[in-house]
Amino acid sequence: MPDHDAIGEWRRLRARLAYADRPASAAALATLARTIRRTVISTISGAGLGHTGGDLSVTDILSTLYGAVLRIDPAQPDWPDRDRFILSKGHCSVALYTALTTCGFFPAEALRTFAAPMSPLNGHPSRRAVPGVETSTGPLGHGLPVGVGVAVGLLLRGSPAKTVVVLGDGELQEGSNWEAAMTAAHRRLTSLTAIVDCNGLQQGARTCETANLEPLADKWRAFGWEAVEVDGHDHLALLDAVTAPRGALRPRCVIARTVKGRGVSFMEDRVEWHHKVPDAEQARTALEELR
Amino acid sequence: MASQGARRRAGPYGARGTALILDETQTHDCRDAFAAELVALARADSRIVAVCNDSVGSSKLVAFAREFPERLVNVGIAEQDMVGIGAGLANAGLVPFVCGAATFLTARALEQIKADVAYSLANVKLCGMSPGLSYGALGPTHHSTEDLSWLRAIADLPVVVPADPAQTRAAIRWAAGTTGPVFLRIGRFPVPDVSPPGGPAFVYGRATRLREGKDATVVATGTLVSRALRAAELLAERGVDVRVLNVSTIAPLDREEIMAAARQTRAVVTAEEAVPTGGLGAAVAEVVLETRPVPMRLLGPRSFAPTGGTEFLLEHFGLTAEGIVRATLEVLGLDHN
Repeated sequence: MPDHDAIGEWRRLRARLAYADRPASAAALATLARTIRRTVISTISGAGLGHTGGDLSVTDILSTLYGAVLRIDPAQPDWPDRDRFILSKGHCSVALYTALTTCGFFPAEALRTFAAPMSPLNGHPSRRAVPGVETSTGPLGHGLPVGVGVAVGLLLRGSPAKTVVVLGDGELQEGSNWEAAMTAAHRRLTSLTAIVDCNGLQQGARTCETANLEPLADKWRAFGWEAVEVDGHDHLALLDAVTAPRGALRPRCVIARTVKGRGVSFMEDRVEWHHKVPDAEQARTALEELR
Repeated sequence: MASQGARRRAGPYGARGTALILDETQTHDCRDAFAAELVALARADSRIVAVCNDSVGSSKLVAFAREFPERLVNVGIAEQDMVGIGAGLANAGLVPFVCGAATFLTARALEQIKADVAYSLANVKLCGMSPGLSYGALGPTHHSTEDLSWLRAIADLPVVVPADPAQTRAAIRWAAGTTGPVFLRIGRFPVPDVSPPGGPAFVYGRATRLREGKDATVVATGTLVSRALRAAELLAERGVDVRVLNVSTIAPLDREEIMAAARQTRAVVTAEEAVPTGGLGAAVAEVVLETRPVPMRLLGPRSFAPTGGTEFLLEHFGLTAEGIVRATLEVLGLDHN
């Protein structure tokens, strides 16, 4: 199943980034993000299903992680000491699937089967079917508890691997996240990072009009976490926020301020694009803008 | 599962032909057998960890905590977190036994059990402690009578209900040795030994025929197994010859043994400390209906319990030897008196 050509290309990117200066790194990650966004648009438009807005808001986070942070081996998805990445907002599966193809976990051609009968790529990522998916997500509020368990388990095993969980902001309305936040702080899980893709919109309305989450950083701090806020479309800011040394024995939350539908003018910050599918004309326009 | 021809059954009296003598004066809390076996397994396998929800005492993890403090993950009163953490520990390569009162473990974290454990095929052993009516007068909020129905509906999740200490130990050993999700229902209400000496106490996916009979079959699980055996003795005194099956794997059900009961006896009675609408009763009824319909009676609590201790509640719901006798006579169209 691994795509060895893609793995080779991804390894060259990682090697290049290891020695690149900041402008060159930013440019490389921006290119990767653009590829993912364009594939998201064509995949969703082709399948007639998907969560376009959230896929586009999380893209820069995913490209930073897969492009420059996660220690993984796409040729061995089960390598015991791999870093674990969990996309708790599982509805943004197309962005995740695309990111996984850019590393070579499986060939990009498979994206054409997204949501088709019997495809391994269904609307929400399944651990059973997709290499690189650590746990099946879709129902919200599940990723962080699993991430906490992974981090505890890796520590017990003496593994140096890190755990990163990406959550939606609306998803933080689920209480299970705060149960996990308490456990993570109590157990001083410095190997755990939560990134909130904070685009301010949920399915039906703005989060602040539905069940306000602010002041969000203060909430995480009150739960015993380090919290930093960054521009969630600034790859270098994300990179710095995720990789900065830990000052204290605390798990870290990166609140990534993002724009839902980022990169496509008529989708940006518009609630209806939560799971609206672009028609052929809209897809063409979107791809033009993402050139 | 082995093919039909290759199946070797323990038979009614154990592999070596020793008959079971039911001694109801000696009873056991199966949690003690669970706790002892878990410690023994943890000594041999460093991947085994325990996860609990502030239930170190009620899950009988005190000895485990003393011997392996770093391998006990007590998350506090947070069941969704507990099951998610179990799935994460399995992802990291450990073998977590996730323990909590059955009602809170299964009701509070049902979606985590479905998505994080079963659908993700995570190697998590869910241990529902003190199930059924064992919390007695603490009331219906604490009774776990729906768990078998809920969990049986989840694909790829074996549901195991040991009936005595020997079965409990064997089931825990099997669960630790198998890769994949498992739910174990660990009884608290004291039960006598019901496993025939000499045979394997637990074989995954197999029902055990504890007593032969041709008139009717009583299919029981957990606490109700010893009561089914006593009922068979009482029925024998009245000239009614009853087969008794101990179904310790509710899912996947031993269809062959149920089909044999329906074929070879005239009626089937099920008995469980759980709602029969979805639990053992419904599971057996599905097979009987699909293969060889015979008259059935499904025993189990069908309403929220009134106030009372466990023994009183079992009596209230007819979950006693006498209740099983009544149901068997009724289903066979025989006079009670």
